[in-house]
Amino acid sequence: MTLNSKVPEGPIKDKWISYKDKINLVNPANKRNIDIIVIGTGLAGGSAAATLAELGYNVKAFAYQDSPRRAHSIAAQGGINAAKNYMGDGDSVYRLFYDTVKGGDYRSREANVYRLAEVSGNIIDQCVAQGVPFARDYGGLLDNRSFGGVLVSRTFYAKGQTGQQLLLGAYSAMNRQIGRGKITMYNRHEMLDLVKVDGKARGIIARNLITGEIERHSAHAVVIASGGYGNVYYLSTNAMGSNATAAWKVHKKGAYFANPCFTQIHPTCIPRSGDYQSKLTLMSESLRNDGRIWVPKNMEDAVAIREGRLKPTEISEENRDYYLERRYPAFGNLVPRDVASRAAKERCDAGHGVNKTGEAVYLDFSSAIERYGKEQAKIHGIKNPSKEKITELGEAIIEEKYGNLFQMYEKIVAEDPYKTPMMIYPATHYTMGGIWVDYNLMTTVDGLYAIGEANFSDHGANRLGASALMQGLADGYFVLPYTIGDYLSNEIRTGEIPTDTPEFDAVEKEVKERLEFFINNKGTHSVDHFHKKLGKVMWEKVGMARNAKHLKEAIEEIKEIREDFWKNVKVPGKVNELNPELEKAGRVADFLELGELFAKDALERNESCGGHFREEYQTPEGEALRDDKNYAYVAAWEYTGKPSEAKLHKEELKFKDIELKTRSYK
Amino acid sequence: MNLTLLIWRQKDARDKGKMVKYQVSGISEHMSFLEMLDVLNEDLVNKNEEPVAFDHDCREGICGMCSLQINGEAHGPDRRITTCQLHMRTFKDGDTIYIEPFRSKAFPVIKDLIVDRTSFERIQQAGGFISVNTSGNTQDANGILIGKEEADMAMDSATCIGCGACVATCKNSSAMLFVSAKVSQYALLPQGRIEAKDRVKNMIHQMDLEGFGNCTNTGACEVECPKGISLENIARLNREFLKASVK
Repeated sequence: MTLNSKVPEGPIKDKWISYKDKINLVNPANKRNIDIIVIGTGLAGGSAAATLAELGYNVKAFAYQDSPRRAHSIAAQGGINAAKNYMGDGDSVYRLFYDTVKGGDYRSREANVYRLAEVSGNIIDQCVAQGVPFARDYGGLLDNRSFGGVLVSRTFYAKGQTGQQLLLGAYSAMNRQIGRGKITMYNRHEMLDLVKVDGKARGIIARNLITGEIERHSAHAVVIASGGYGNVYYLSTNAMGSNATAAWKVHKKGAYFANPCFTQIHPTCIPRSGDYQSKLTLMSESLRNDGRIWVPKNMEDAVAIREGRLKPTEISEENRDYYLERRYPAFGNLVPRDVASRAAKERCDAGHGVNKTGEAVYLDFSSAIERYGKEQAKIHGIKNPSKEKITELGEAIIEEKYGNLFQMYEKIVAEDPYKTPMMIYPATHYTMGGIWVDYNLMTTVDGLYAIGEANFSDHGANRLGASALMQGLADGYFVLPYTIGDYLSNEIRTGEIPTDTPEFDAVEKEVKERLEFFINNKGTHSVDHFHKKLGKVMWEKVGMARNAKHLKEAIEEIKEIREDFWKNVKVPGKVNELNPELEKAGRVADFLELGELFAKDALERNESCGGHFREEYQTPEGEALRDDKNYAYVAAWEYTGKPSEAKLHKEELKFKDIELKTRSYK
Repeated sequence: MNLTLLIWRQKDARDKGKMVKYQVSGISEHMSFLEMLDVLNEDLVNKNEEPVAFDHDCREGICGMCSLQINGEAHGPDRRITTCQLHMRTFKDGDTIYIEPFRSKAFPVIKDLIVDRTSFERIQQAGGFISVNTSGNTQDANGILIGKEEADMAMDSATCIGCGACVATCKNSSAMLFVSAKVSQYALLPQGRIEAKDRVKNMIHQMDLEGFGNCTNTGACEVECPKGISLENIARLNREFLKASVK
């Protein structure tokens, strides 16, 4: 099968508009007879479910949590980008498009990114109409802030809880449709496999997580909005339940998986403290608007700090190395995430890290507190303010901007970040790779769509801050509801899809056998034991810096862990009851396959780009060295029976509207 | 740290349930409370016993999935945090800790420490929204001016995470703080005014149907709310309800 991205012809500015004009539509009376399954209820799934129901389709939405509002989009902190140019600083659709393609290190599909930038403004309008309480200034207009990798302020925010507010917006739109009976909500349900009939996606097998019952659900189209696969690392900023099962199961049923090695390691997370750690916590990128990142310049100071003999506040200005400002004067602390993460690793590897583990750098707000304090003193007409007064006034501003983040930090680390700099270190956060989709967001399986983080298309090899929320909502509110109609217009004569067919029988049997296997295996080790082992290999050999030797080792080691898992995993309890260990077993089994494809993809891509850094391919200054001649393509993998035997298909990336050049933030 | 845990175990909704004693050792003060329970569960799995079922997901205090009544307090002894943000440094070596599910008639136990909070869902479905379809043709976001003060107040109300601590804490099992937070968010914004009357009536009606109790102004909910949702929201809810009820 050759990959066809189905990007419409014509100039980039007109593609989406003229495409929408010509797309096939389904008339309202027919929509009532069409069912759509949506897996996941985060920003992408929630907004899609609500919008499809508003249009008149019958939606069946699935979430493993007890409510759509729990989806992990809720944890996004900093903001959402939109090319509104409300700040009058020269922003435009083109500029957002350009920044996103450049930020993604030229590994995304131009036409999709342009469309994303094009609908970004609509998202803000829609959210405000829904009652999302974005931050405003005193005149009542919306406020913006700045995020990494760009030179304008285009990020809309609701304190440090933007994801929460946007998700609650989509959730409220869903609730309206649930109340009307247009969405049937399946809480505490997990999709365990896809059912295809005559090559088309026609339904799913799901498990009711309370009763353990296996259920069949049919539909005319299936939408995967189940998020990313960051938990393949065991430790990540993802929620504990975030998993790749839906995405991996559809991959095994024919959906190509694109660029699995493109993973975002976020630079500002709370460092790990011990082996018992179950997850890592992100500190929003918005903090880099005001926080300055540094490590001790002198090795002796770093050692003294690690041993607890010295405090960061005792190190004088000239003995601090603000390494991002030093290396990247144009963007300073606001370089993109991949660049900031690698720079932190570089300093820590060189022995300048702080924290007991040596794996942490400082994020310091003292300059900002002083700057805001002086500004406030002037505004309030305080002459010759004391140092204490300035600090007090400055801290109040910082609290207003980032109060909840500071509180979160203090609760976890037991240190007051107003008084002493935060300690941060990179952690797995987001996956740019995902299910391959065409311009319509359809996968390589007819009638199967993937939206939000679950697909691959918009962020290339690195995602810019505040763009995940934008993409999730763009896909769900403004793209999928149009493009899916084009496919469904051929389904109006299909009628309801029966579930008592051999196709459903066969998949259900497979699902049941696997669940029974876990319970009956009675092995020696818990699911977590294997998940932690996988995570360690992924982090050490397929993490922030990769090389061919380590990747080859990782592939072998992952295979060994997988074999060990299937022999020795121990799952207590029964199939037909609420059983969290059984849920985890299925998810980890899938991560153990995905991890291998991930490493294989990283090994195959002999270049450094975005979040994928191959040590063999770097400039003398240690910057990523891309190879556009040989690798300007999307690697889309076809499952052929084993992850090791996955077949590579290449979608060439053509850059017509943006010149391919080396990314520089200097 | 070595601790004694007394945990509510209940096989399913029909089971009577009882407190069961467990010992855990080697607990670090840097662990979160849920990581401490992870240690217990790993231990139980290794001993071929059934692990304790509890709800959790984001583990950073925002999804609202985690719950637990710890030593009689919703989300434990610390303030302004959820159970997943509670750290073991709050406890002392040798402590005995009582761990129970959130208790309310409207939150039936599903298993062990997991309760069914879908009553909250149905309240939201009754009116917790603004009726606006997705179109791409709503007015420009800056076309609606909202004073900073109103916007900030709406935001404060909107930070509710729907965990149910207010209900679990209230001696009447009242859901007024939860309902009032949503009603307030929309009542404070011009976009939400149009449907304000129907919204408050429908949500209150559903709240009563679900079996939540009445509010007697003890203020316990505000104290235990991990997001600091203020009692002012309940006062606003009462005003909104009164306005909607008078013809």
